[in-house]
Amino acid sequence: MKAEAPDPPPAIAAIAVSKSFGGVRALRDASFAARAGEVHALVGENGAGKSTLIKLLGGRLQPDAGAIQRDGQPIRLGGPAEAAAHGIATVFQELTLLPWMTVAENLLIGREPRSALGLIRRSSLAPRAESVLADLGIHHIDPRALAADVSLAERQIIEIARVLIRKPRVLLLDEPTSSLVEREVEWLFARIRGLGEQGTAVVFTSHRWKEIISIADRITIFRNGAEVGTFTAIDEAEAITLMTGQQVETLYPARTPVSADARPALELSDASVNGSARISLALAAGEILGVGGLAGQGHRELFLGLFGAPALRHGTIRIGGAPAHIASPADAIRASLGIALVPEDRKSEGLLLPLPVRDNLTLPILSRLSRLGVIRGALERRMSKEMIERLGIRTPSAVQPVGALSGGNQQKVLVGRWLLAESRILLLYDVTRGVDIATKHEIYELMMRLAAEGKAILFYSSDTEELAQLCHRVLVLRDGRIAAELVPPALTAEAIVAASMHDAAGHDPEMPGAETQAIHAE
Amino acid sequence: MPSDLAIRPQATRRRPPTAHALGQNAGLILAACILLLCIVGFAAMFRIEQQRLPGNFEITSTVNNTMPLALAAIGQAIVVLTRGIDLSVGGVIDLTNALGAIWLTGSVPHMIGVSLLIVLIGALAGLFNGLLVGLGRLQPIVVTLATLSIFQGLAIRVLPQPGGAVPPGYTDVLVNTDQPTALLFLAIAVIGWMILRRSRLGVGIFAIGNDESSAVALGVNAMRTKIAAYMIGGALYALAGLFLAANATAGDATTGDGYTLTSIVAVVLGGVNLFGGRGSAVGAICGAFITTMIVNILFFAHINPLYQSFYEGLFLVIAVVFGALIGRLVRRRT
Repeated sequence: MKAEAPDPPPAIAAIAVSKSFGGVRALRDASFAARAGEVHALVGENGAGKSTLIKLLGGRLQPDAGAIQRDGQPIRLGGPAEAAAHGIATVFQELTLLPWMTVAENLLIGREPRSALGLIRRSSLAPRAESVLADLGIHHIDPRALAADVSLAERQIIEIARVLIRKPRVLLLDEPTSSLVEREVEWLFARIRGLGEQGTAVVFTSHRWKEIISIADRITIFRNGAEVGTFTAIDEAEAITLMTGQQVETLYPARTPVSADARPALELSDASVNGSARISLALAAGEILGVGGLAGQGHRELFLGLFGAPALRHGTIRIGGAPAHIASPADAIRASLGIALVPEDRKSEGLLLPLPVRDNLTLPILSRLSRLGVIRGALERRMSKEMIERLGIRTPSAVQPVGALSGGNQQKVLVGRWLLAESRILLLYDVTRGVDIATKHEIYELMMRLAAEGKAILFYSSDTEELAQLCHRVLVLRDGRIAAELVPPALTAEAIVAASMHDAAGHDPEMPGAETQAIHAE
Repeated sequence: MPSDLAIRPQATRRRPPTAHALGQNAGLILAACILLLCIVGFAAMFRIEQQRLPGNFEITSTVNNTMPLALAAIGQAIVVLTRGIDLSVGGVIDLTNALGAIWLTGSVPHMIGVSLLIVLIGALAGLFNGLLVGLGRLQPIVVTLATLSIFQGLAIRVLPQPGGAVPPGYTDVLVNTDQPTALLFLAIAVIGWMILRRSRLGVGIFAIGNDESSAVALGVNAMRTKIAAYMIGGALYALAGLFLAANATAGDATTGDGYTLTSIVAVVLGGVNLFGGRGSAVGAICGAFITTMIVNILFFAHINPLYQSFYEGLFLVIAVVFGALIGRLVRRRT
């Protein structure tokens, strides 16, 4: 009897929408619909149009053609404010926190506590923020701190909290988990499920397959600016095949074994990332050594320290068996050491976005390419062309500004730069953050190839599955010291997570008092 | 399934609210300290020269001389907070000063009406800037450099030769030469600032100065906010023009020219970040008083007036370097 009742119209839908940016069509006649109460994942390669679709649904952009519907009614969204009036809220991929305003001001912007005269009660901002954060189960973020002074993960949490407290009917999340660690992701998913139970339509994008299948009720796959299909259940390889249009067997390529007589490329002994605890490690040529653990446990300091930016305090570094002094990145890059850092934030820490791919590739080796101070154009063109082909950098030409490439391809340009510079030790710091699954796959294969060629790779990732699948060994950092060393078969994502929370069984916890000092030492 | 983001206890340890307040207002506090130093220094030099401390006359004349700059600096600060800059300050002061010299005559209601009209004209000048910057999306420095010349030209057209006569009664109300009553206007300006800071517009001004695209994503109307900021600025420059006219009891179509740069100096000394989003009008007022006090100190130090700008510049560099050092120290502690 009820079965004949028509389905309620979708809470939010895009119908045959198109959107172009300066001649590039980001979306072409794409359609998408999410029902009230469901969690709907949008997956696809970077550049497939997911972010553009989210921006159209959230009123950040307006479609060139097609329509947006809310509960079956066509709506026109001139901006985020109008979307908010329709109960639509977005957590954007690029964080929108205002750095020099406090956490409380950011959280409550537009809905600040006001006095009878309609003026904002500034003294009530922090207490109000404190209580709304506590309602969401967040107790560790100080509402009086400036947004610029909290960690990346905390900023993302605040960003999400700001949207959650507005109790949206349609919640759009564009890669909300890219800077979050496991436990924060679980927190977010608990919130998302709660909203779903209250009838909110949740649309989210993620590049972490495990997350997608654990939370999504339905999955829509995008390729080249249009939907390929919507599924309730789909396996990973099939999804990647649909996303890329190419057959992919497995996401993670097989490890190439490290030869038993491999020379140690990098030895670090007794170094400190926080002034108290000590770290020692050895990395062999051809080895991929993973570094895992919760955010803020000293990974960043370790990686930057090995790159001399700034130098590690205490400890000694040996490169290829010989003692090395690394006081600045210029020292690390020098051919005799050959250390390269590929950072997570390629925009601010590596690439010159407005400059062409070629210039970005050859920047550190210009002196080698020059004769009497003049760059030999033909040589530069040939070398950059070879590197673009070798790494499969997808760019229309070598003179395309790097800023116009997708995130994954920007990472490849950075890697290519260091390969040209003949670096032998690669420090890869969360290089796959915010990179789509298909490009991740290419980066993994590249890592394997580089290791097989004898490069030594130190690899940090916020994605523990990635660490477990790719690395020959994984060191888990906690409070600036190595809490566990995991090797296959004990090397699993679960083991990494477990070790990052508490000491692995059998591992002798050094210096019980070190924990409290660690956080506060500078 | 954790619904709580419980983090180990030591991570939840917080800095006390006062520590945050001090750190986040370091620029303002530094400005107030420099001002205090200047006042003490001035009083000491005055004492050496005159064998007495500065009295009512000195305080009154300092306040009256600083009023135009203080008002202009508040306006400049509001524009700078949006990550803009207003070089047309001098032109608007020239124009409104000239208009005041011609129009301010006759009955009290007439003078009140004329004053309001002149403030409105200042706001319209700001509207012109704001439309070009907000709607036209042009660079503030280029727009206001051009309008500076335009307003200067209009001012010369209105009052080709210095002249006009501002009635003594008008002067007494704005810049009473017997008592520092002008402080009352300053208090009103500070109250106005506090209201702005607690309004939607004020949040918008700070938000677009922090990050314009984020502010837009958060529902701030960047165009309207910018236009409003330049209009408030223009109205304040017009008030500065009127105070100058009252002080000089006459008008001069070039009297405001120096205020373009001194208003920026005052804003910088007052701890307002030139990249927007950080600072306060109270700081700008402190900056304006510092600027005047330095001139006074140089006078009592018998510095040749020809070298005055050399020392002013030197002091500005020292203050900015000092401020940057303090800022870095504060940020390192966090």
